[in-house]
Amino acid sequence: MTTQNQRTIRFVRAPKFILVWFAPLVFLAIFYFYPLGSILGISFGREQVSFATPFLDVFGSASVRNVLYFTFWQAAISTILTLMIGLPGAYLFARYNFRGKSFILALTAVPFVMPTLVVAAAFNALLGPNGWVNLVLMEGFNLPQPPIQFVNTIYAILLAHIFYNTTIVLRMVGDFWSHLDPRITQAARVLGASRWGTLRHITFPLLLPSIAASALLVFIFDFTSFGVILVLGGPQYATLEVEIYYQTISLFNLPLAAALSVIQLACTLAMTIIYTRLSTRISRPLSLQPRGFTQKRLTSWSSRILASLMIVLLLALFTLPLLALAGRSFTRLGPERGQLGDVTRGFTLDFYKELSVNRRESLFYAPPTRAIAVSLGYATATIVFALALGMPAAWALARNDSRANRVLDPIIMLPLGTSAVTLGLGFIIALGRPPLDLRASPLLIPIAHTLVAFPFVVRSLTPSLRSIRPRLRQAAAVLGASPSQITRLIDIPLVGRALLVAAAFAFTISMGEFGATALIARPEYPTIPLAIYRFIPQPGALNYGQALALSTILMVITAVGMIAIERFRIADIGEF
Amino acid sequence: MKSRIILLLVPILFLNACAQATPEGHKSLTVMTHDSFAISEEVITGFETENNVTVQFLKAGDTGTALNKAILSKDNPLADVFYGVDNTFLSRALDEGIFQSYNAPTLARVPDDYKLDPSNRALPVDFGDVCLNYDKAFLEENGIAPPQSLEDLTQPEYQGLLVVQNPATSSPGLSFLLATIGYFGEDGYLQYWQDLVANDVQIVNDWETAYYTEFSGSSGKGPRPIVVSYDSSPAFEFIYAETPIEEPPTAVVVSDNTCFRQIEFVGILTGSRNRDLAEKWIDFMLSPTFQEDMPLQMFVFPVNPDATLDEAFLEHLELPAVTAFVSPEDIALNREQWLQDWTETVLR
Repeated sequence: MTTQNQRTIRFVRAPKFILVWFAPLVFLAIFYFYPLGSILGISFGREQVSFATPFLDVFGSASVRNVLYFTFWQAAISTILTLMIGLPGAYLFARYNFRGKSFILALTAVPFVMPTLVVAAAFNALLGPNGWVNLVLMEGFNLPQPPIQFVNTIYAILLAHIFYNTTIVLRMVGDFWSHLDPRITQAARVLGASRWGTLRHITFPLLLPSIAASALLVFIFDFTSFGVILVLGGPQYATLEVEIYYQTISLFNLPLAAALSVIQLACTLAMTIIYTRLSTRISRPLSLQPRGFTQKRLTSWSSRILASLMIVLLLALFTLPLLALAGRSFTRLGPERGQLGDVTRGFTLDFYKELSVNRRESLFYAPPTRAIAVSLGYATATIVFALALGMPAAWALARNDSRANRVLDPIIMLPLGTSAVTLGLGFIIALGRPPLDLRASPLLIPIAHTLVAFPFVVRSLTPSLRSIRPRLRQAAAVLGASPSQITRLIDIPLVGRALLVAAAFAFTISMGEFGATALIARPEYPTIPLAIYRFIPQPGALNYGQALALSTILMVITAVGMIAIERFRIADIGEF
Repeated sequence: MKSRIILLLVPILFLNACAQATPEGHKSLTVMTHDSFAISEEVITGFETENNVTVQFLKAGDTGTALNKAILSKDNPLADVFYGVDNTFLSRALDEGIFQSYNAPTLARVPDDYKLDPSNRALPVDFGDVCLNYDKAFLEENGIAPPQSLEDLTQPEYQGLLVVQNPATSSPGLSFLLATIGYFGEDGYLQYWQDLVANDVQIVNDWETAYYTEFSGSSGKGPRPIVVSYDSSPAFEFIYAETPIEEPPTAVVVSDNTCFRQIEFVGILTGSRNRDLAEKWIDFMLSPTFQEDMPLQMFVFPVNPDATLDEAFLEHLELPAVTAFVSPEDIALNREQWLQDWTETVLR
């Protein structure tokens, strides 16, 4: 009798499981595995050598081994530093309510979308040889040379990685933390635990799933870092991704590039498997609470001072470089020149006005309004696609710990760890034959963005979904709720905030994405980052100024978009 | 519910693929090129109406990336024509057999120096030179004469003034390395680079960092007054100045053998099913109409001597008479070795 029952349950479960995974897996198969497999197959097949030869070349070369070591090392240090800044920030945003909070939170997301060359320009305006800091120090201490050497150092790489990725920790951990029931820690304190002991033995273990999820994403981003290493790190530093670019573009050594891509993928996979093992072990069912219940105002003086310090640190890190950049886009530097620092400055709107002028009567000219509309269009499509695919996947991952889930979970993360250079070539080969001739289709852009956004959506949703007490669902079922009603009335309201976090990630990823967009977009319909990159490689003050002006527009649009998503409320989600 | 969305998506993709087919009589031509390609609306419209054709442009990344894509999609080409492969990449394109020959009539007017492919699979369209640029005011105020030769840069008075790009990651960087190889020879160029390093040359990965962060003559106002850039850069600085200026703030060193000439080529892709139209497009690119439009759009110079350039533009332009030369075959053969040796000498 019992065995019969179990069999029936399994029989019922299996098709549903397949159904939930169907869309995400078909998507990944068509737009990820097929192109990736095609390019790797062609690359390895190019020379009449065995499959192992390029791998032997890789591990035989001391310089490539150094690249591998450096890639790991810088990613590990960057991730630790990012967590050190992000976790106190997450605490602040999770536990306290203060004026301007959503604005500051929106600002922290802006770096995420900025093109690398623009971020490099921003840091240079601040810390470069002729930046504010060096100018002030030279003036103040009468130094003949700029005292701070920033460009082309490891510090530039680390700082840029923190600048880009702290928002991941702030959002993912901050959101999870904001729903933790404060009474648990209050109880511990009442029972005599020290502040530190409570943090170490109670809060930290409860937060661990979201900390691990965000650390994994940050690590993978740093591990596959390309632009930051190239532009800010300089010729002394190379990650695997930089080496793949060099081998592919400069030397056209496709077998070696493919071997490097496989190694990079294997590392991502290994990290993700470790994470998956950990995350199922560290997740616990919790009573998630609405934020109105968990958050308090800054009342005591000590909390006010600590909060102010943290806000100042975050603002300095995130807004100073961006402000320097925005400021420069309104600044006219007079014609007097030659003397270091001796330039006449004045306010100007010329760069913004010039954006609307097609001075060269070029076929590819696009007014800024069009670039904004195109960017927002792609971002909306990406949000829809990424949530539509990510929600069922996260739901399936959180529901049970089946063997299939343990295999599927790491696979979702693979697109993030894949070399963009390699995958870009894969798209060209694989998606170019009828019936799937997509190489010229504008839909390919939100699809490419979704490939990156989808893992974020899954990672943002899973910790919250896993922590919903099974008893809640069971109770609902006992009371006669259908499975779809349980999802609609219990799961979605409880993870509503996490859903918004996921949407916010999809939005920022799409707004800032450059590589894939550049390869697919019609030249007449550029996104904002694409339009920025059109001005940068050209000499002339007006071109440089227009690039900065467009970057400032991108910052504003992103911040406004983030605030709008923050304010967004799904009908019955209410306070969550 | 969610799977329904993706199911909806698939037919849309198919529809999209079908929509590419053009109506009867009206033809379409696809030109694959690099990010820097630009053309006037008026000029392209002229070609389109004359030939009853719609030209689609496919910008496929920087020169190396675009070329790799053309090679990998050789059997199922993305386009009919590929424009933008330069002499540093020419051998890769020819060895991979992506182009078919076309003996365009206008080629007879083009000087032989530009024709690097004797069988005319790749036809020259334009050229531009990678040269040293300097900040005029900086050198003047500090009483330093502009350098006259590559050797000058190793002299004490130019110590710490030069910034160049890494040849492994930057196209002008590679061209400057080739200029030193062409001038000093394979046996001498590494010694020259050692001397440059001893004279405190700065190496960065990309043109943008070199020009906008390190170079004092740009609006980035960096600390170094000499940079590797293009011979057209001062003209850019003049035309795209913030406020109208009398003359550009920068100038080019055009002394013999200090520059390296980049020549860009166009070719008909082997799999093109539009050979007739593709030929017309190439004739058009070599015609004075397109050749005269090019300089102000892309800041490169025409190979067709019948094209006349705008006076105002010419006024601020100086072109080198003799440029250092390395053949495309030598570049293809030695690129990896040269880059490795350069890296060992300069970066380690």
